[in-house]
Amino acid sequence: MTRHSLTLGLAFISPWLVGFLAFLVYPLIASLYYSFCDYSVLEPPVFIGVDNYTDLVQDKIFWVSLGNTLLFACFSLGLGLVLSLTLAVLLNLRIPGQAIHRTIFFLPSLIPVVALSVLWIWIFNADSDRGLLNLVLEAVINGCRRFLGLAPTFSGPNWLGSETWAMPALVLMSLWGVGHPVVIYLAGLQDIPQSLYEAAELDGASAWQRLRHVTLPMLSPVIYFNLIMGIIGAFQVFTAPFMMTRGGPGRSTLFYAMALYNRAFEDLRMGYACAMAWILFLIILALTLLATRISRRWVQYDR
Amino acid sequence: MIQVYRFPFSVFRPGPSAPDARVILLAALAILAGCSTQPVPDRIRISYWEKWTGFEGEAIEAVVQAFNQKPERGSDRIEIELTTVSQIDRKLLVAIAGGDPPDVAGIYTFILYSYAVKGALTDLTARLEEAGIRREQFIPAYWEMCSHQGRMWALPTTPATVALHWNQRLFREAGLDPNRPPRTLRELDEFAERLTRWERGNEIRTGPRPDGDGWSLAQVGFLPQEPGWWAWAFGYWFGGSIWDGQSRITVDSPKNIEAYEWVRSYTQKYGKDTIEKFASGFGNFSSPQNPFLSGRVAMEIQGVWMHNFIEKYAPGMEWAAAPFPGQAETGHPITNAEADVVVIPRGARHPREAFEFIRYLISQEGMELLCSGHRKFSPLAEVSPGFASMNPPANPFLGMFRDLSYSPGAFSIPKVGMWNEYRRELGVAFDEIRSLKRPVRETLGELQVSMQKSLDQEMRREVPRSQLVP
Repeated sequence: MTRHSLTLGLAFISPWLVGFLAFLVYPLIASLYYSFCDYSVLEPPVFIGVDNYTDLVQDKIFWVSLGNTLLFACFSLGLGLVLSLTLAVLLNLRIPGQAIHRTIFFLPSLIPVVALSVLWIWIFNADSDRGLLNLVLEAVINGCRRFLGLAPTFSGPNWLGSETWAMPALVLMSLWGVGHPVVIYLAGLQDIPQSLYEAAELDGASAWQRLRHVTLPMLSPVIYFNLIMGIIGAFQVFTAPFMMTRGGPGRSTLFYAMALYNRAFEDLRMGYACAMAWILFLIILALTLLATRISRRWVQYDR
Repeated sequence: MIQVYRFPFSVFRPGPSAPDARVILLAALAILAGCSTQPVPDRIRISYWEKWTGFEGEAIEAVVQAFNQKPERGSDRIEIELTTVSQIDRKLLVAIAGGDPPDVAGIYTFILYSYAVKGALTDLTARLEEAGIRREQFIPAYWEMCSHQGRMWALPTTPATVALHWNQRLFREAGLDPNRPPRTLRELDEFAERLTRWERGNEIRTGPRPDGDGWSLAQVGFLPQEPGWWAWAFGYWFGGSIWDGQSRITVDSPKNIEAYEWVRSYTQKYGKDTIEKFASGFGNFSSPQNPFLSGRVAMEIQGVWMHNFIEKYAPGMEWAAAPFPGQAETGHPITNAEADVVVIPRGARHPREAFEFIRYLISQEGMELLCSGHRKFSPLAEVSPGFASMNPPANPFLGMFRDLSYSPGAFSIPKVGMWNEYRRELGVAFDEIRSLKRPVRETLGELQVSMQKSLDQEMRREVPRSQLVP
């Protein structure tokens, strides 16, 4: 009887099971094997031991792309966390048109990244006749300068065309996607029992104290979740730089996933790219474990 | 071997074909049902992937149609099924690796050599010999670029060379003879300076950077980074090369260093930030905001295709083209000659029929139909007298572009499998040099070491395989 129900159960989940085995487990194991091979896709793989990994350590581009990705992850995650949390708290206020506001802030997340990238190329255009961002920046800053009696000579940076500003531009653009974490924070905020706030208020807690001692601790599991998802997402960022800068100027916006793609599909060094993918996996795993360890101190699950 | 199929209703070839009654019935039904375009089962269908779209796509469609309507060739009846495929290099890779490639594919030379050394293409040498197709029938440069390690892997379709394009109106405005291009690199620099215009508020100056702050560029004579597609190639105009034809990378040769010092001199003259700011206002290549078409850059290197874009986005523009001046001692005009090519991928189901189509494609009839549609010259040595009179009118400099491809100074991309990596890294080096981030000698020296290492690795990998080739 139990045997029969096991078979039946497996049969029922077989569509998922087959997909899982064929499209996840097999490629996963295969890519691990290929990472120890010289494999061009067009020829059969040749086992070469750990050569790919030792080559990687000496590969300047590998380190540059890793550095760029870490830099991007730090700023994008840090700013994104603050911004999305602030927005969520503000959007949780009971004000007229709350639903509309929430929708507005979520809307940008619905636009495909490719379309968004094209849009941002125009926003970042350094020419203030065409670039929206520089138009606003120049109007505001030169307005201030005039007010202070200085010559209005400020001109906005060449966002995507300069090695200094290309990375900040991409970080700025990544903040466009805060809609997703905001929605999750909102759900978390609504889960906080009203009674806690009432109790805090009775004890004379100010708005800041309520945020600091009620909202944040109660929200910590959600923050933790968003942090992990953010780390994973930031390390895999590909589409926007691929569309907007192709890694340039120089290598200033060459991200890890792009370097990997170049190796795999332009240089036909799939084995090398697989090794890069596994290192990326280990890095994300390590960071996630680190975040989990640290989070024990500040995440509170008990209610 | 290959089963021979016959088309049951051949009006072209009256012969002893005895069509099966069922086939007639089926075909009659198909016609009755109004599905006369449905494939007839007795044809061999050749799949052909090509990357061209727009008017270029229409041209290849016309060639395919002409072939499909031809009287039967040999004893076969072949039908070509043309599919337009974007990013063909990626998709072909997957298709070949997966064992289900098209029978014919139109690709770029930048993947040709890596595919050839990796055994992903069908060797055409024997078939070409058998069909009597010889080197002499082509402009040598285009035949050469299809061979690698003594074997033929492809055939050229639409060729291109590049030359200096200049805006005649801007020449006149600068007091230059609009019909006289610069003939040396020194002259190019001089012309470029006279064609450069500066702005500060309502003030306008021409020539070298004026003293004082706040000047921005309104127009430049020449900018090495525009369009930047030949960032890897500047050394050739200085008489250098980036590869010795065998196994050595030569990117740090004195000629290349000289060339990239010259590239750098433009940034030094105008200022890094000034150029960046100016260049950031450039629109897309295919748009009226293209800096050459909009008159922001007076001279640039462009290919034979540029005429099509001028017609489309800047009709009425006064322009001319001539060989880009070089510094080589030989005095031959220098150009980059490239061509799109067709190949038969490894694992193609009908290589014989695929070759049959390629044979038509590279015949004088096929080539002229295609190349006039692309408004380019033909890669064949012989052209029919009426070929030049295209409608719409062809590039007025078509003859010059064609002559350039015969020049001993015509160069093509290195025949190395690691070319994609090499070109990418040279692009990064170019960026570093022109943004004055690093000195030329150091940048090229480092590139030399890393690219030589990559080429050595490739040669080590490929040696056992090439030994297998007879």
